[in-house]
Amino acid sequence: MTVATQSTAMPTAEQHGFRPHSDGPIVPVQTRSERFRSTAVADFAPVTGREHEWKYSPVAAFADLTSGELDGARLEVTSTDAAGVALSWIPREDERIGTAGLPEDRAAANAWSTFGEALLVAVTGEDAKTVTVTRSGLGSAPRAAHTVIEAAPNSRALVVLRGTGDARLAENVEIVVGEGANLTVVSLQEWTDESVHLASHFARIARDAKLKHIVVSLGGKVVRVNPSTHLAEQGGDVEALGLYFSDAGQHLEQQVFVHHDAPHTRSRVTYKGALQGEGARSVWIGDVLIGNAATGTDSYEQNRNLVLTDGTRADSVPNLEIETGDIEGAGHASATGRFDDEQLFYLQARGIPEDEARRLVVRGFLAEVVQQIGDAELEERLMSALEAELQGS
Amino acid sequence: MSVLEIKNLHVNVETDQGTREILRGVDLTINEGEIHAVMGPNGSGKSTLAYTIAGHPKYTVVEGEILLDGENVLEMSVDERARAGLFLAMQYPVEIPGVTVTNFLRTAKTAIDGQAPSIRSWVKDVRESMGNLRMDTAFAERNVNEGFSGGEKKRNEILQLELLKPRFAVLDETDSGLDVDALKVVSEGVNRAKANTGLGILLITHYTRILRYIKPDFVHVFVAGRIAEQGGPELADRLEEEGYDRYHVAEPAAQ
Repeated sequence: MTVATQSTAMPTAEQHGFRPHSDGPIVPVQTRSERFRSTAVADFAPVTGREHEWKYSPVAAFADLTSGELDGARLEVTSTDAAGVALSWIPREDERIGTAGLPEDRAAANAWSTFGEALLVAVTGEDAKTVTVTRSGLGSAPRAAHTVIEAAPNSRALVVLRGTGDARLAENVEIVVGEGANLTVVSLQEWTDESVHLASHFARIARDAKLKHIVVSLGGKVVRVNPSTHLAEQGGDVEALGLYFSDAGQHLEQQVFVHHDAPHTRSRVTYKGALQGEGARSVWIGDVLIGNAATGTDSYEQNRNLVLTDGTRADSVPNLEIETGDIEGAGHASATGRFDDEQLFYLQARGIPEDEARRLVVRGFLAEVVQQIGDAELEERLMSALEAELQGS
Repeated sequence: MSVLEIKNLHVNVETDQGTREILRGVDLTINEGEIHAVMGPNGSGKSTLAYTIAGHPKYTVVEGEILLDGENVLEMSVDERARAGLFLAMQYPVEIPGVTVTNFLRTAKTAIDGQAPSIRSWVKDVRESMGNLRMDTAFAERNVNEGFSGGEKKRNEILQLELLKPRFAVLDETDSGLDVDALKVVSEGVNRAKANTGLGILLITHYTRILRYIKPDFVHVFVAGRIAEQGGPELADRLEEEGYDRYHVAEPAAQ
């Protein structure tokens, strides 16, 4: 059984209870790009859970990260070596900080207000290369972090930002993709069961540059990674992919925003998730804004969820806002389907044992995203991690 | 010589209104290479028989036995039954999101044979069977039954029948909802499978139409959970002319 929706874009003014006056214009809905943003935590009201950006999140589980004091010291970071990728710590005053985007929620602003130095991952050189930056064992006290990944013009790399061990982390990650660069960023969350991770990613894509951004959330009690991409110059391209496996009691959330702000830009958003166990939750909000300047835009976003057991909940909210009629294409889709007893019966009736039947379905479903990472070793490791998630039932 | 024996089978099903007795003592023996047509009005228990043989958890066997070459089928799990050589072509095949037909077929074949098929001959077999069933090769990369039309789903069932090569196949209203062209293609597939492997077939149908293309050796008429009458192919001809009226059953509106 599959429930598919092809819903309309933004809520209409009527849905908000507004009615046009007989003699006046319709009350406009605020566009996504006009959302409030600030680097100062004090500019945001305390989080209640009723705010549009928090209403799907278990805000009580991380009040320390949205309103408490954070430790802004350097994170424990290890990294693999690759020629053309340099790691360094840069001061708050560095001019690169703030160039990709600004916080839109209180956790991001809290992190921005308190981080000490930012980790800079500087990518140069046209050869393909992979680097894995691991943040491990960050402890159980609330912390703040700031990372800037900067790809020089025409450079090329795959950067894996991996989290393991304990964490209570609020952070911002800026991704600055220079002209003609081809950058892949994988944000890989493999935290322990008690960890909380609230991340905002801001990417700015320069002319003819390409970003492949992949969020993989497997471990952590609450993981919220909100990637926002600004296609600021013509010919920019973003592929925003996501993969999550939510177990009992886990909350995995992603609010994806793509802003087409220049001609001939392209975006593809594909997030897929599986949910298994009592209280397993996922949230996906996909906002795409095609601005007035973004003629010739080609855009498509979709979210697919596979529900494996009772007691889970998947929220999926695609929004599409178009300010110019002169585009190539824009679409969105969301579907949440269930792996149910009839499917199991069908596969078993063809000789396939129950555990293999489950694996077959989930693997097939999630492999579509894994296969697009472009790094064989990481793809293989993720497939085994997904197998392990399945065994955990 | 394989034989599938159904002896004094009584089956209940749990519904919201409580336990319902559906099968009330069914006896049926199918030998390898035989085609048995089970016919009957809606609600007579035909599909219950099919699902009980395959082991669907919704149905509870309260009495009787099912033996495959003397082995107790009722003690086997659903997948064990399939590996033992039983196949159910379903009336309403379910969609399996995320699993392509190719992947599904290979996994099932591997499970049933206990080893992966050799790639070269397998690819050839799949292509040939799909061609015979007039299935476009693009089907192979689609998810199992997802977005398939009714006719495509039935062809996909027969494709599996041809490739998995069971000893006995239960075809549960494979003809329902098919236009005459699709009915012919599907019937040819069943006849081909029988010619190739000599399987025994239990053909469950409401209508006599499919029996023009798949010739039964025996016909059993199901009424109210029992076999009311049985005979050779001539019984089907009689049913075509007279319908089920002479069994004095009022057809319920829905199962």
